[in-house]
Amino acid sequence: MGLGFLHRHRGSTPYLLLAPGMLFLVVFFLVPLGFLAYQSLESGSIDFGYAFTWAWDNYSSAISGYGTQFKRSFVYAGIATAIALLVSYPVAYWIAFRGGRWKNLLLLCIVAPFFVTYLIRTLAWQTILSDNGLVVRTLGSLHLLGVLGQDGHILATGTAVVAGITYNFLPFMALPLYVSLEQIDHTLIEAAEDLYASKLTAFFRVTFPLSLPGVVAGTLLTFIPAAGDFINAQLLGSTTNHMIGNVINSKYNELIDYPAAAAMSFILMAIILALVLIYARAVGSEKLTG
Amino acid sequence: MTSIAAEGRRTRPNALSRAWAFVLRHVLTVYSLLFFLYLMLPIAVVIVFSFNHPAGRFNYTWRGFTWDNWLNWNAVPGIQSAITLSLEIALFASIVATALGTLIALALVRYGFRGRGTTNLIIFLPLSTPEIVLGASLATLFLHSASYGLSIPFGFWTILIAHIMFCISFAVVTVKARLIGFDRHLEEAAMDLGANEWTTFVKVTLPLIAPAILAALLLCFAISVDDFVVTYFNAGNQVTFPIFVWGAARVATPPQINVIGTAIFGIAVTLMLVNVFLQNRRAKQG
Repeated sequence: MGLGFLHRHRGSTPYLLLAPGMLFLVVFFLVPLGFLAYQSLESGSIDFGYAFTWAWDNYSSAISGYGTQFKRSFVYAGIATAIALLVSYPVAYWIAFRGGRWKNLLLLCIVAPFFVTYLIRTLAWQTILSDNGLVVRTLGSLHLLGVLGQDGHILATGTAVVAGITYNFLPFMALPLYVSLEQIDHTLIEAAEDLYASKLTAFFRVTFPLSLPGVVAGTLLTFIPAAGDFINAQLLGSTTNHMIGNVINSKYNELIDYPAAAAMSFILMAIILALVLIYARAVGSEKLTG
Repeated sequence: MTSIAAEGRRTRPNALSRAWAFVLRHVLTVYSLLFFLYLMLPIAVVIVFSFNHPAGRFNYTWRGFTWDNWLNWNAVPGIQSAITLSLEIALFASIVATALGTLIALALVRYGFRGRGTTNLIIFLPLSTPEIVLGASLATLFLHSASYGLSIPFGFWTILIAHIMFCISFAVVTVKARLIGFDRHLEEAAMDLGANEWTTFVKVTLPLIAPAILAALLLCFAISVDDFVVTYFNAGNQVTFPIFVWGAARVATPPQINVIGTAIFGIAVTLMLVNVFLQNRRAKQG
């Protein structure tokens, strides 16, 4: 087992290797979460400062005051995740099963959008979705503008925000899907076909179930950042499309209402955690960890 | 009669499966190519509009071709210092995060120890926490630091700490993946031939996991350069390139933003292409 020098200091070596990195994460990730929890129970104002008072009403007023934005965040993130899954599954399948020696290059194409700064990418969608842009004109000629847009616009509507979120987190969905599809043993699919399963049956009974770990990973990796996002709503939506991220951002950075922002952050995390657990139960928790 | 019925039953799934095979063969390819077109559309817009000659403050409509934006890429006040800061932060953050992450990955893959599950959880948590929560909580730590006697002003160091924090987990995951598929016999062989532990680590282990370390470095660099949310909460009055773009989006979007976006994209894609090329060559050599 392992290198020789591991034998000599068996007990302490792993801890010595872990110490610097884990210490960093504890001090700058876990401890800050504690501070945020503390701050979420403070009360006061910018002028007189905030003090810890077990102010649980920060939580109740966050829910009563910004329930719409919470709901909108999860609806937008849910729709975007579902679209991303449907749109990228066939492509992941195509690369994994038909990519051949082009696989690496095709994967590069999938991550390429990542390399244009997030904000610049989103600004490019502003141009594409603008009133005299390609999308509005195409939808107009298909008479779909009334369905997807509002008063002849796409920009500054929920459609634009969902489109932006879908695009921006697409690689998070496509890559895990590809990884799980790529690992499938092709002889299993051949065996199903030898046993007279049609290609369609073989797909739904063999390929798809085997790719479920990728579906689960991709869904979580897309949904979690999407639910907390505020850039797409800010740049592609209007104030009627604001998500909870926009509220947290403005409370924290503009209104300096730290306790409210902290309480909302914890509610956001709690809802995400609850949804993840429900989801894990539905698809089988062994798929989550395995 | 019965034979006809049986025949009918047999041909129907055949037709269906043939149709499915056709869908898989051609429609899938066409669809995938359209998908890549969709992926590249905004990038094409960014590149094309870097050559635009905009009339007003915003760079949304095409007015004509010009090289000016590329020749005067730093003509916009503040853009050059923003890029310099972003590159500095990304350089330091990726090196530190990769070093710390590699050590953690070595411990996780090579050793059984108590607290393994907790360690894995602490690595996994930052990846599954929304960025806005990461940013807000770290900023809260720095805000409160003054009341504990060690005042950490927002600026270069708080940005650097933030970036190292969210990069470590990515580095661990990247290096771990490589270490798991690692052939231990090579190390044992080196030691059988009289190499001591340190020599074995430096001459055998390190070169073998070097590609993973390099991949982790590049990944951390890319994530760091691109980060807006966590940085925005912890930057104070410092301006990184994404913060510059954010500020610009409200008042004016000079085409120089597209120039820098295109340049970063070009460099990153070139590096990745070189990597793909090297991998293919290595695969060919066996």
